[in-house]
Amino acid sequence: MANIREMTCIICPRGCQLTVEYEGKNVLSVKGNACKRGNDYAVAECTCPTRTLTTTVMTESGEVVAVKSNKAIPKELLFDAMKQINALRVSDSVRQGDVVVANILDTGADIIVTSYIE
Amino acid sequence: MLKVSLVIVGGGPAGMSAAVAAYKAGVKDILILEREAHLGGILRQCIHNGFGLHKFGEELTGPEYAARYAEQVKELGIPYKVGTMVTKITPDKEITAINSTDGIMHIKADAIILAMGCRERPKGALNIAGSRPSGIYTAGTAQKYVNIKGYMPGKEVVILGSGDIGLIMARRMTLEGAKVKAVCELMPYSGGLARNIEQCLNDFGIPLLLSHTVVQIHGKDRVTGVTIAKVDEQRRPIKETEQYIACDTLLLSCGLLPENELTKGAGIDIDRITGGAVTDQNRQTSVPGVFACGNVLHVHDLVDYVSDEAEIAGCAAADYIAGIESERVDISVRPVNGVRYTVPQRITSAQDTVVYFRVSDVFRDKKIVVRCAENVISSKKKIKLAPGEMETVKLDAKVLAGIGTGEISIGLED
Repeated sequence: MANIREMTCIICPRGCQLTVEYEGKNVLSVKGNACKRGNDYAVAECTCPTRTLTTTVMTESGEVVAVKSNKAIPKELLFDAMKQINALRVSDSVRQGDVVVANILDTGADIIVTSYIE
Repeated sequence: MLKVSLVIVGGGPAGMSAAVAAYKAGVKDILILEREAHLGGILRQCIHNGFGLHKFGEELTGPEYAARYAEQVKELGIPYKVGTMVTKITPDKEITAINSTDGIMHIKADAIILAMGCRERPKGALNIAGSRPSGIYTAGTAQKYVNIKGYMPGKEVVILGSGDIGLIMARRMTLEGAKVKAVCELMPYSGGLARNIEQCLNDFGIPLLLSHTVVQIHGKDRVTGVTIAKVDEQRRPIKETEQYIACDTLLLSCGLLPENELTKGAGIDIDRITGGAVTDQNRQTSVPGVFACGNVLHVHDLVDYVSDEAEIAGCAAADYIAGIESERVDISVRPVNGVRYTVPQRITSAQDTVVYFRVSDVFRDKKIVVRCAENVISSKKKIKLAPGEMETVKLDAKVLAGIGTGEISIGLED
């Protein structure tokens, strides 16, 4: 039995309204997307929804630097990832692009520094 | 008195992008004046992603987007002073600035680009009853505490207003362990991007209460709760719908206001709708040689468009300094029928021009029609238009040359 799900694509600020027809974890059709990435998003959303995590991490001296996952990670792991990142103290000498956690929670994504530190 | 060809007030995305564009267009004698301790402006605290898709074709966080421009400023050797506050600009393009190493500086500029950005609408402007306990912040202030300072401003949060910063902070504080109980929006639609409602609220089960407002703040030393109510079509609270929500923090995300104290001081004409300067297609204000771009001119949805606009201003400032003028026309652009404002508001040269505008309400199945007198210059269909999403129309150089002197209108039609 095919189901219909309406969703807003979050890949870019355009925010396309998608209509997805699916059966179980099998996506039959995606409508309303302006680009291919919308199709990929809809399929992921119906099978394994993922999100890029952006947060901060504390340095040894108590400053905070911004970090992100360099790939989207499964949505249900966001809070576990936050827990791990918040327990961390990183060196004061980190720079943009440095990896602070490699392969977080076995997702294949690294947590990297995004702050621009001169 | 110091003499500089081009002074740029503000070292955020608009200021940096304008500086790079002006430098590449031939102006080498530039000085960027930035109030904060670093270049980057508000992007430094916008650690979420979604920036740069249009400009760089990849998804960057705010600090990464800012770094792309800060690196260029440094590589090109464009001079800048941080920790420097501009206190006055005169119509003769004399600037007074102050910092702790140079003291008070007087600078005479050939051209000035205003890129001071915007500020959040504060609580005082919102008229909410109650005393003044701690725990009330604008969303951007909370963002600075969490992302730059590393402090959590509270544990149980209600957010008034559904602007993008409020939505982003709903997610951010939730990830850091706070409970965001509700986002109340006075209007029947959200002012934020659809993707932010999805990924910041729906992902975490945070309710968005449209046509709701905060009618009272409770608590003496610290916020203990808020009373919210549904509003009627005239946006008046309906007494019977009042409900109490216990919380220790109220975040306000109720709109942004261009920061134009310096602009007004320079005697520059201000558009009362945008709160920014009235400009031509080059982003030149009513004072020749003074340009404005970015959120100080009108509030943008995407930083990518801020960069585009700043490049226009940067190149135009370079032309102004070099004394280059293009074919003159004199056309005013008038917003009509559901269009709230346009930028630019006037066109002074016959060149291909993109006009940015916002609509005053949510509309469906309308045409964006550009007219000169009764003649339709262009018409394009849109399925949906919303105040939260900036729209554009392109005007052709030949058409503008053909009009010469006159007025065009931009409005919505069936």
